[in-house]
Amino acid sequence: MENLLLIFAGTVLVNNFVLAQFLGICPYLGVSRQVDTAFSMGMAVTFVMTMAAMVTFFIQNYLLIPLGLEYLQTVSFILVIASLVQLVEIFLRKVSPVLYRALGIFLPLITTNCAIMGLALLIPREGYNFIEAIVFALGAGVGFTLAIVLMAGLREQLEMSDMPQALRGGAITLIMAGLMAMAFMGFAGVIGT
Amino acid sequence: MEDKKLLITPAPHIRSGDTVPGVMEGVIFALVPAMFAAAYFFGFAALQIILTCILACVVTEALWVYARKKDVRAYLGDGSAVVTGILLAFTLPPTTPLWTAALGGIIGISLGKHIFGGLGYNVFNPALVGRAFLTVSFPSLMTNWVFDGVTVATPLEHYAATEYITSYWDLFVGSIGGCLGETSAILILLGGAYLLYRGIIDWRLALGYAGTVVIFALLLGRDPIFHLFSGGLILGAIFMITDPVTSPIGRKARWVYAIGAGLLVMVIRIWGAAPGGVLYSILLMNATVPLLDRYLPDRIFGEVSKK
Repeated sequence: MENLLLIFAGTVLVNNFVLAQFLGICPYLGVSRQVDTAFSMGMAVTFVMTMAAMVTFFIQNYLLIPLGLEYLQTVSFILVIASLVQLVEIFLRKVSPVLYRALGIFLPLITTNCAIMGLALLIPREGYNFIEAIVFALGAGVGFTLAIVLMAGLREQLEMSDMPQALRGGAITLIMAGLMAMAFMGFAGVIGT
Repeated sequence: MEDKKLLITPAPHIRSGDTVPGVMEGVIFALVPAMFAAAYFFGFAALQIILTCILACVVTEALWVYARKKDVRAYLGDGSAVVTGILLAFTLPPTTPLWTAALGGIIGISLGKHIFGGLGYNVFNPALVGRAFLTVSFPSLMTNWVFDGVTVATPLEHYAATEYITSYWDLFVGSIGGCLGETSAILILLGGAYLLYRGIIDWRLALGYAGTVVIFALLLGRDPIFHLFSGGLILGAIFMITDPVTSPIGRKARWVYAIGAGLLVMVIRIWGAAPGGVLYSILLMNATVPLLDRYLPDRIFGEVSKK
């Protein structure tokens, strides 16, 4: 249990996917304009990450390793995650229109995102078991949500500021992401990395 | 503000008479005692670093304001760049080379303040941005402590290595290794008392921050007085977390902000690799300010309850 807690907190704060590993920067820049949409995006990423972690765990351990096909990891993971998310999207639209409206538009955006793929590839490398992999994925998703919601709050506030025109939008977001990454370096060493 | 005859502003119309230059003068005045402590304990090097930082900040600010075609004299006259310079210098070790100190000032004012549009728009505390940049770029220069001509460890480093607790008296007076302006708790508190008296800083922020550290230390069975007076916590509580631009506006939001920063300091101090956490705790909480102000607003006078 303690081990799981450490994995979770470590992934949210110390090895934050966006601010320490610099994965998933494109949705981080693209969808961080408003707090509400940023939060929905964070939820969608968490959802897809957890799904992807579960499925790729089985693919890795019950298909690729027994058949000696580990070199197909990248290709098979991409294929499986992309098709899975499309299936979930179709399923959600029929079964839960409310959830579909909240997550739906973001799902196709993140199927091929590097944060999802990075997560799927990190799990076998870290040697996590099934439960640990799910907790790791949840932590990664929560960490992403934290980073993108904080950024959206800052960006909403900066809408009214008197900053140089050339810096508006992507430029200032990248600079702030850099400053936030510096602040997150304070967590280095908290909960063994 | 050019046309003095007709000035249309939204409410409130009661003015306090506080101006930005007035507030900044107050802060600079309150920083003077700690500056004396820095000069007394660390000698001429301390004054050189402080002057270099001020100069770097003021010149950088002037260049930005000039490049953006604004009134250079009005901007420099508010003294905020001087405050940033002094605060940055206070967070640097006494052995910092002058070029490093200057670089910190340039980065702090540029990336911490003017890319956001200048004073009032900055999200992060400029002095802390400069310091964080230097910590990331030159980690060995930023942890090189000398006291009385001898290389020493800061009280927190000493504690992390051997659980040795520096005497309270030394911590209180400031005869310990550390950053220029953080060592002498009593002289920083003197400046803090003046700022409280003038109403420039909000006691909620300072108390929430320092109080959380004390309570957290007590709960974990650590020495609360040691944690309170070491690692620049008092400097942070008086001069940094109270920065009016980068702290929340509402009272509830301020409490959450200060307590959150206090918790982060202790988490970083106890479990982190870096012995000090003041710098990171305030920068991290700076990022939450827009959300705190948005979700924890104060009840507006005359507001009708929603029920």
